[in-house]
Amino acid sequence: MNQPYPISIRQQQLWLSAERAIFWEQEQALLLSDLHLGKSGHFRKSGIPMPQELIKNDLHRLVTLIQFFKPRKLLIVGDLFHSHYNLEWDWFHKWVKDLGTLDWKLIRGNHDILEDKHYEEAGIEVIHGSYELGPFQFTHEAEEPITDRYLFSGHIHPGVLLKGLGKQSLRFPCFHFGKDMAVLPAFGAFTGSVALEASKTDKVIAIVEKSLIPVQ
Amino acid sequence: MSILHQTPGYKVIQSRMKEVGFQPFLFQEQSWEAIVSGKSGLVNAPTGCGKTFAVFMGALIQFINEHPTQYQTKAKNGLQLLWITPLRALAKDIGRAMEEVIAGLGMQWQVGIRNGDTELKERAKQKRQMPEVLIITPESLHLFLGQKEYTKVASSIRIIAVDEWHELLGSKRGVQVELALSRLAGIRKNGPLSCSIWGISATIGNMDEALETLMTPFQTNGVIIKAALRKEVAVDSIFPDEIEKYPWAGHLGLKLVDKVLPILEESKTTLIFINTRGMSELWYQALLTANPDLAGAIALHHGSIDKELRDWVEENLHTGSLKAVVCTASLDLGVDFRPVETVIQVGSPKGVARFLQRAGRSGHRPDEVSKIYFLPTHSLELMEAAALKSAIDESMIESKPPLLLCFDALIQYCCTLSLGEGFIPDQTFEEIKNTVCFRDITLDEWQQVLQHIVDGGNALQQYDEYKKVIWTGDRYMIANRKIAMRHRLHIGTIVSDAMLKVKLFSGGFIGVIEEYFISRLEPGDVFTLAGRTLELVMIKDMTVLVKKSTAKKSQVPSWVGGRMPLTANMGKKLREQLSICATACETPDGFKPLSKELQALEPLLRLQQERSIVPKANELLIEQIATKDGYHLFVFPFEGRLVHEAMAAILAYRISKIHPITFSFVMNDYGFELLSDQPIPIDDTNVYELFSPENLLADIQRSVNSTEMAKRKFRDIAVIGGLIFQGYPGEHKKARHLQASASLIFKVFNDYDSNNLLLRQAYQEVFDQQMEEVRLRDMLHRIQNGTIVLTFPERLTPFCFPIKVDSLREDLSSEKLEDRVKKLILQNS
Repeated sequence: MNQPYPISIRQQQLWLSAERAIFWEQEQALLLSDLHLGKSGHFRKSGIPMPQELIKNDLHRLVTLIQFFKPRKLLIVGDLFHSHYNLEWDWFHKWVKDLGTLDWKLIRGNHDILEDKHYEEAGIEVIHGSYELGPFQFTHEAEEPITDRYLFSGHIHPGVLLKGLGKQSLRFPCFHFGKDMAVLPAFGAFTGSVALEASKTDKVIAIVEKSLIPVQ
Repeated sequence: MSILHQTPGYKVIQSRMKEVGFQPFLFQEQSWEAIVSGKSGLVNAPTGCGKTFAVFMGALIQFINEHPTQYQTKAKNGLQLLWITPLRALAKDIGRAMEEVIAGLGMQWQVGIRNGDTELKERAKQKRQMPEVLIITPESLHLFLGQKEYTKVASSIRIIAVDEWHELLGSKRGVQVELALSRLAGIRKNGPLSCSIWGISATIGNMDEALETLMTPFQTNGVIIKAALRKEVAVDSIFPDEIEKYPWAGHLGLKLVDKVLPILEESKTTLIFINTRGMSELWYQALLTANPDLAGAIALHHGSIDKELRDWVEENLHTGSLKAVVCTASLDLGVDFRPVETVIQVGSPKGVARFLQRAGRSGHRPDEVSKIYFLPTHSLELMEAAALKSAIDESMIESKPPLLLCFDALIQYCCTLSLGEGFIPDQTFEEIKNTVCFRDITLDEWQQVLQHIVDGGNALQQYDEYKKVIWTGDRYMIANRKIAMRHRLHIGTIVSDAMLKVKLFSGGFIGVIEEYFISRLEPGDVFTLAGRTLELVMIKDMTVLVKKSTAKKSQVPSWVGGRMPLTANMGKKLREQLSICATACETPDGFKPLSKELQALEPLLRLQQERSIVPKANELLIEQIATKDGYHLFVFPFEGRLVHEAMAAILAYRISKIHPITFSFVMNDYGFELLSDQPIPIDDTNVYELFSPENLLADIQRSVNSTEMAKRKFRDIAVIGGLIFQGYPGEHKKARHLQASASLIFKVFNDYDSNNLLLRQAYQEVFDQQMEEVRLRDMLHRIQNGTIVLTFPERLTPFCFPIKVDSLREDLSSEKLEDRVKKLILQNS
């Protein structure tokens, strides 16, 4: 895994990974959003043959991140699992067990439609609305900060569009940090991205293949 | 004709024809004779010459011959004649004409219609008692093959007719027909009675191939019966008053609207063909502005206008109460409108066949002359008029090569068979190997198709619940009702964009509009559709609600697609015309003896000659110009935009091997442009090498752009192959959890399943259809055998200007992605 990219917000040290996650040093927490696990399984169950390697690969990336940062807790800012229950949940569940004692928190997103018992069995605490920790607040979907805490959200699958001479243009998923809030990139590989408009003071870090490049 | 004339059937038909005063054409009698002798074949005749009767009457004669004493009383004979037509709109007219003949002969035959418009009641009736004649679209035919007991129904068929075969051949609907024929042939091969197959087609460049494609599923040789009727076509160009002031670029031609008015005046009814739907809206408005008296006398007709409105337009075309109709390809085909005396083609028709087809919409009776005007949308297009005339003189009509190995259509077909009676793999494999499309399929590829629909790729995976087609012990079936229903909704190979219906607040549908266009509008915004100015009120339940507006300014919707490339024939003819002009430029009076179109172009071509050169037939022109946008390289092969796109990618790749460089490129039908932020290292020491046909294959595969091209091709394939579910019809909420965009699925397959059959097909289609590898290779050989002329104009030339102003661009780069991003950031800061 490539060297993570350091960034400091409200006196907290954050490390961005090109694997689309943030490690929060003070809390020893890994921040993730929009994993959309189970999406390939949902498609397959409906007769649409998406490759199963999708979830396999996402789980591998997750484990690599956990082995690298060795976090104590995982904060998922919504859309962990993409559908009703299917066998891919069992698969994920098995991985969660194998990873040992970790504090899992899921801030429920619009795609998280699983019944509560599945989260309970997997030992994942589900939070509705928003969650506060230290100077930060977390919620799935937001257009502006809720309190004066710095807000982390997901949902949008942010991307950045780069234009240049010779009428070139390229689009990449990105981390988007505003003055009072940030939008996390979608972790899952079976997700697209939407180009966001950034104001001059925003900090945007593009994920270009396996590296992170600040574009403004 | 001796066999035919002695048959009882012919005698019955002959005496009936005498009663109504109808004299059969020679080609009709030839067809009848072939049919009664049990032969199969292809009838080649222009529209409006009685080609329907050539096959239909043959079926009647055959029936009467076999039942000479009971033919008038024998009813409930089961399906005798299966009539496959690509056009729903034609079904009713053909059916009515057939019924008239049957009634005149006092026979008991029934005629049924089966397509997307057929009501459930009618379908149920057909199920109880199949009519003798069934007129069906390729899509409905596949639905039929997905029903229980279709084998029994099909076992009585005596003749299968494929109407408008030239329209189907070369498309995936044509592949659908081939697959259906292979199944019908499989059912009929052991039957007691003969079954023959007849195609009906206008003239195309590859008649023999058209015949073969129809015949091989039945493993038979057919005959081609050609009508000796030649249609006279008169072509005239509409000239701007001053060619110097006519724009060098553009797609609209609205400046010439005043020249159109007198033409409309002169003839009873005129069809004005426009290349895209958006432009047709503008033309309709422009005509009304130029002559307000035309209100009510002219109409607009295109594929996004509500069917009821289109029907109204067509009815009024029949009765002659419309002075003119502005239309798109939506009126290319279909029944003839007798009052149409004149046709105007606005902009390049891109091909000889299409131009002739459109011309043929006027003066359609066998002895009349078809009258067509060509209206150029920019100056150089006048050259196309000259090229078209010359092509028509030489009867140089395009071929429609059949498509090969369309796995998307095959996957859909196998799922369709699994719906009704199921399929046995060995039997189906044998049948499809009899089609032209799949005759080269390997056993391995067939296994992959089965694996795709049964296991969803790799078999025996953990935690997998893939479910579609299952093995029941003796055949493959779809057992799950939900999946079966989704597949039924999905049958077909025509892929449309996401469209929303547009409805007046006070009631009444107006048409459809692309989701993409409407999503950029706010309530209160004004746009034009079906020639009406409409204000957006709200979007509700996938319907756009609007009210009439009196606003002066409105937006014109753009509909994606519809940009056809120049055909190879047209390209060749254009280069010939250009060469003539190049010679003419050499002398002061050179243009005097040339055609009116070329004479009109003289000032423009002399300017081109002054700033650069006008290339001769054996010359390839390359212009290099530097502007504030960067460094431009313009190349003019005149081979159509798709071949240019491929060539641009290959050239960019080859140049980038010299040193890392990023290009964007853009093309039109005449040439293409590479644009870079650094000087392009191309000169007379390396230019022939850059255009070499050597390593073409490898270079195509390596040129990054094939991925981008394949991504675009993939959308249709993904829809046809069942990877994209387009939602339930009439259901407001789409199946959200099953939505994924084609580009995302493409990326997923590229990353995780690069051997996927449908993904590989996308690349193959790019290769065969988009890049037209054969045509590309021919072009490179032509260039190698000729001269490449490099010029360095100080100002933009009449040739390169239209390319430069085109806005659709592609990227190609050999720089590392990271380096490119860093450079883009630097350029922006």
